[in-house]
Amino acid sequence: MRVKSLSKEKRSILILILIVAILTSLFLFLGLTGKNINYFFPRRLRKVLAVFLASYCVGYSSVSFQTITNNKILTPSIIGLDSLYLFLQTIIVFFFGNAGVSKLTGLPNYLLSIGLMVLCSFFLFFGMFKGNSKNLYFMVLAGTIFGGLFSGLASFMQVLMDPNEFSLVQGKMFASFNQMNTDLLSISIVIVAVIAFLARRDFSKLNALGLGQAQAISLGVPYRRTVFRTLMYIAILTAVSTALVGPITFLGILVVSIARNLVSTYRHEIRVPIAVLLGALALLGGLLFVERILHHSTQISVVINFIGGCYFIYLVLKEGKS
Amino acid sequence: MIKTRGLSKVYGNKKVVDDISITLPKNKLIAFVGSNGAGKSTLLSLIGRTLDRSSGDCYIDEKEVKDWNSRELAKRLSILSQTNHLNIRLTVHELVQFGRFPYSQGRLTKEDEKKVSEAISYMGMDALKDRYLDELSGGQRQMAYIAMLLAQDTEYVFLDEPLNNLDMKHSVQIMKILTKMVKELGKTVMVVIHDINFVSCYADYIIAMKDGEIVANGPSDEVMKPQMLEKVFGMEIKVEQFGGNNICLYYT
Repeated sequence: MRVKSLSKEKRSILILILIVAILTSLFLFLGLTGKNINYFFPRRLRKVLAVFLASYCVGYSSVSFQTITNNKILTPSIIGLDSLYLFLQTIIVFFFGNAGVSKLTGLPNYLLSIGLMVLCSFFLFFGMFKGNSKNLYFMVLAGTIFGGLFSGLASFMQVLMDPNEFSLVQGKMFASFNQMNTDLLSISIVIVAVIAFLARRDFSKLNALGLGQAQAISLGVPYRRTVFRTLMYIAILTAVSTALVGPITFLGILVVSIARNLVSTYRHEIRVPIAVLLGALALLGGLLFVERILHHSTQISVVINFIGGCYFIYLVLKEGKS
Repeated sequence: MIKTRGLSKVYGNKKVVDDISITLPKNKLIAFVGSNGAGKSTLLSLIGRTLDRSSGDCYIDEKEVKDWNSRELAKRLSILSQTNHLNIRLTVHELVQFGRFPYSQGRLTKEDEKKVSEAISYMGMDALKDRYLDELSGGQRQMAYIAMLLAQDTEYVFLDEPLNNLDMKHSVQIMKILTKMVKELGKTVMVVIHDINFVSCYADYIIAMKDGEIVANGPSDEVMKPQMLEKVFGMEIKVEQFGGNNICLYYT
């Protein structure tokens, strides 16, 4: 039984790798000719890399967030991490203005945003987690309210803004794989690789956390430290993916639920890769659909949000019945 | 040995566990009794470190719980909490494997696997080992959790209302196994039980609580007296000898 289920998990991963590989090569090579290869190929390659980075960020964050909250429907977007990011961007544009922003594009802005984001989440999580009676649900609730506060403040500032400045912010409000900075791509790869390496070491602890807080503590998992660390990884990854391609946490609920339906294992060594591969599949498929069939007439987030929304309704109906 | 000094838990301004200093005997089946809200489960969770205390000290083998490395402590002390709602699907075997987590951090050795199958056999669950937990009855699921505790192989075992919602057969089965864990494996088992007659028939030592304080503690025979029980539960309870056991009659 055990051997059989293991091979089923491996088979699912292999099939997903195969599909993602096919989509990747379609995306890379479709319509390439000797003439345009020098123009298109590097651009497409960058997009594919960004897709994989974003998939990892979303896949890991969603799976681990559901484990630490012990909940099947929550995703990190509930604690308002991407609203926090947009809020910070709005503040930067609001206070530094058009002139300041020209100095603040690219790498400095990126590092500043990620730094601020990590700092803010650190205080948010730390403050929520320090008290005796406070628990994770308190933090999630507070995060939801803070998320609302951030997006409210952000839209307030956007109303007051100069329209030219607003268009700068607006560019960051939607997921896009078209306007990416190559400098950001390489540093993002480094950051994500480091986090992925660190996060990998906590997988066995996350597995035990699946049994619930009390049981995990009984098994010797340092609960607070592990949860806090995981939340920080999630904050950093959300910052990286949002800075790189815009808010894409909406992808989370989709990949994590399909991953659970594909293989019903508790092991993060399997669940995270499957969620990441599903994310890459959805993003590549969505990009191909938007670029080739809809001819850029809409945003990829619209396509994925539509599919994700339908799936979410299906999920709620199904959970309600059982 | 487990020792507490001035252990308290406060919610708002309500003291749920109030300044408890106690030394628990070793190698005994210790039962915590008392009405709902007396603070039994809270005290158990405080000592079992799944709940943060408000004040006081708690020593496991002469060492303050806070000074223990969490992984090392998990080899000495295990606790089974009351609600065990799972969001993940696990087979019995996979659940019991988690018992070896403090030793191998998820990478099980041959020795670990041996302990896992021993624990499953000890609970008589070999036939159910590949079944998913959500396919089992409440009693079988509780047995699987106890198998996990067995695999964890700690000297101190805490169980918070293990008989909750179980039928008579499973309740007796579980109490017999807990007794065996004390007698055969030399463990110290601490358990919260509501059914006073199970306590009377199986426990070696009783700690009776009321309003966050300990009102009586001592060997079973000493606590199982009508005047003691009236003090603990605030109702008249007759105690009769029946087949060598003290049986409490309180139904009418």
